[in-house]
Amino acid sequence: MNSWIARFALVPAAMVAFGVFVGCLLWTLVLSFTNSKLLPSYRWVGLDQYEKLFSSSRWAVSVENIVVFGIWYIGLCLLFGYILAVLVDQRVRGEALLRTIYLSPHAMSLIVTGLVWAWFLNPQLGLQGFLRGLGWESFSFAWLADPNLAIYAVVIAAVWRGTGLVMILMLAGLRGVDQEMLKNLQVDGVPKWRVYAQVVPPIVAPMILTSVVLLAAGVINSYDLIVAMTRGGPGISTEVPGKFVMEHFFARADVGVATAGATVMLAALVVIAAPLLYLRSRISQRREASGG
Amino acid sequence: MADVDNPAFDVSLVKGDRQWRPLVEGPAGRPPKRLTIGRVALYVILIAAAIFFLIPAYVMIMTSIKPMDEIRAGGMLSLPLSPTIEPWIIAWSSTCSGLVCDGLAPGFFNSIKITVLGVFFAVLAGAVTGYAMSFWKFRGSDAVFAILIFGAFVPYQILIYPLARIYSSIGLYGSLAGLVVVHTMFGLPITTLMFRNFFRTVPPELFKAARVDGAGFIRIFLQIILPMSAPIVIVAVIWTATGIWNDYIMGLVFGGRDSKPMTTILNNIILGEFGERRYNVEMAATFITAMVPLLIYLFSGRWFIRGVTAGSVKG
Repeated sequence: MNSWIARFALVPAAMVAFGVFVGCLLWTLVLSFTNSKLLPSYRWVGLDQYEKLFSSSRWAVSVENIVVFGIWYIGLCLLFGYILAVLVDQRVRGEALLRTIYLSPHAMSLIVTGLVWAWFLNPQLGLQGFLRGLGWESFSFAWLADPNLAIYAVVIAAVWRGTGLVMILMLAGLRGVDQEMLKNLQVDGVPKWRVYAQVVPPIVAPMILTSVVLLAAGVINSYDLIVAMTRGGPGISTEVPGKFVMEHFFARADVGVATAGATVMLAALVVIAAPLLYLRSRISQRREASGG
Repeated sequence: MADVDNPAFDVSLVKGDRQWRPLVEGPAGRPPKRLTIGRVALYVILIAAAIFFLIPAYVMIMTSIKPMDEIRAGGMLSLPLSPTIEPWIIAWSSTCSGLVCDGLAPGFFNSIKITVLGVFFAVLAGAVTGYAMSFWKFRGSDAVFAILIFGAFVPYQILIYPLARIYSSIGLYGSLAGLVVVHTMFGLPITTLMFRNFFRTVPPELFKAARVDGAGFIRIFLQIILPMSAPIVIVAVIWTATGIWNDYIMGLVFGGRDSKPMTTILNNIILGEFGERRYNVEMAATFITAMVPLLIYLFSGRWFIRGVTAGSVKG
């Protein structure tokens, strides 16, 4: 009787897992091989939609942008997040306050983030205008108006929001590092910067991998931030796959191409995340085996 | 009794780490008394970083209380000469989003409804699912869990179109109820994960003893498990509340004319500004939208951090 109720209690979760997640995913997959336009159609066209997708210059720009954005965003978040975590971990006064400040952007939505940074970096009235007004006439910072640089302005906004998260994860990792060992290294005369540049990173490797997976998932899902900050512009210079797919679904009524694009996004995520998660589980298995 | 400072709480953070220092407890030891050059440099960097993280919020607030002629004159970072709350009033009640000129207020109340109900159902469903998976193990529950976590990770774009088709065929499209359902479904993986990890810290003897006493599924849940779950309920509520409030894409796709959440209306307001843009109204609207999760964040402090670490370390 009771195990019956327990089984029943899992029905909603199972429905979400199989009905929504697996079901919708497979449905999208199937649609990507059909000639669906505004409405789903089930006429099989093989890889035609993928060919159409990959021959689209807009898609090519989107992919290039997401690669550039992803590399800079993940790299800078890891670098700043780690440095801040190390600095905060030096027994500083007001640690709780500093942590609260660093993580605060994470409480804001990506829409808010994008709108605020678009205003802050507004070429006329934003930072550039402000510093010129102070008399620094030659100061130039109009990335948002420059098709070649606009994506880097988005990187700044995204790093502003993402660094705190990495800092917290890294700090949690640092708090697990054996303090005795660090002290012994210092007694042996190893400079502190070398300890944090060479000894500590391998110890907190699981946290680094976790951060990379989280950040990478965020990169591939990028949509809100672009919509709010640049709307894909100037021109199509900051288009990203997530936005490309949404527009082909709902504005351009080209479900075939959109589902093909979504499938490629999913494949990219799996290809990136799977090895990292595998590596992470290997590391923690090894550590457990050695009784660490 | 499992309490939130139990190291085992953040299961994935602490596995096998005997030297673990709880994140919320802070550093190992007091700050050194002597202030060397290195220490001064350390504080300078930390404060500079703090300024970088605070400046956009500062600019947002300052812009929102300046009249437009002050904004046009430049001086983005300077304090307002003649502060005004008019932009806030316009943003709240009369600025246009598309053809509707009711300001942000309708979106605010929609977001409140969606968030309260979405949090309630997502956390309840996560608690029940986590409980059933942890204490009433049977075949298949691990598979369900793995798929849930996978679902939390995949891009929305891979699920959203079929979901929209299902929604329109059962008449949920464009309704508040539809948004609550979608947030419940997409909140479920992480709340389940949180409860499942939390229940690992509960001694199994407790459960076994209750079983021997003849208590059933529902009674054990209500009388034993739920009362001790307060810490994880708080973490899950905070985590889902900020997540649902900050959602944009679900509101965009599934929100109808009268059920759009605040983020969607905010973006439409700013998209719809033609000609002379009123940056003060825009920033007032942006700040009002950011305020709810920011207040949750400031008042919940360490609970929010718990959520970030527990919710981030997926699987």
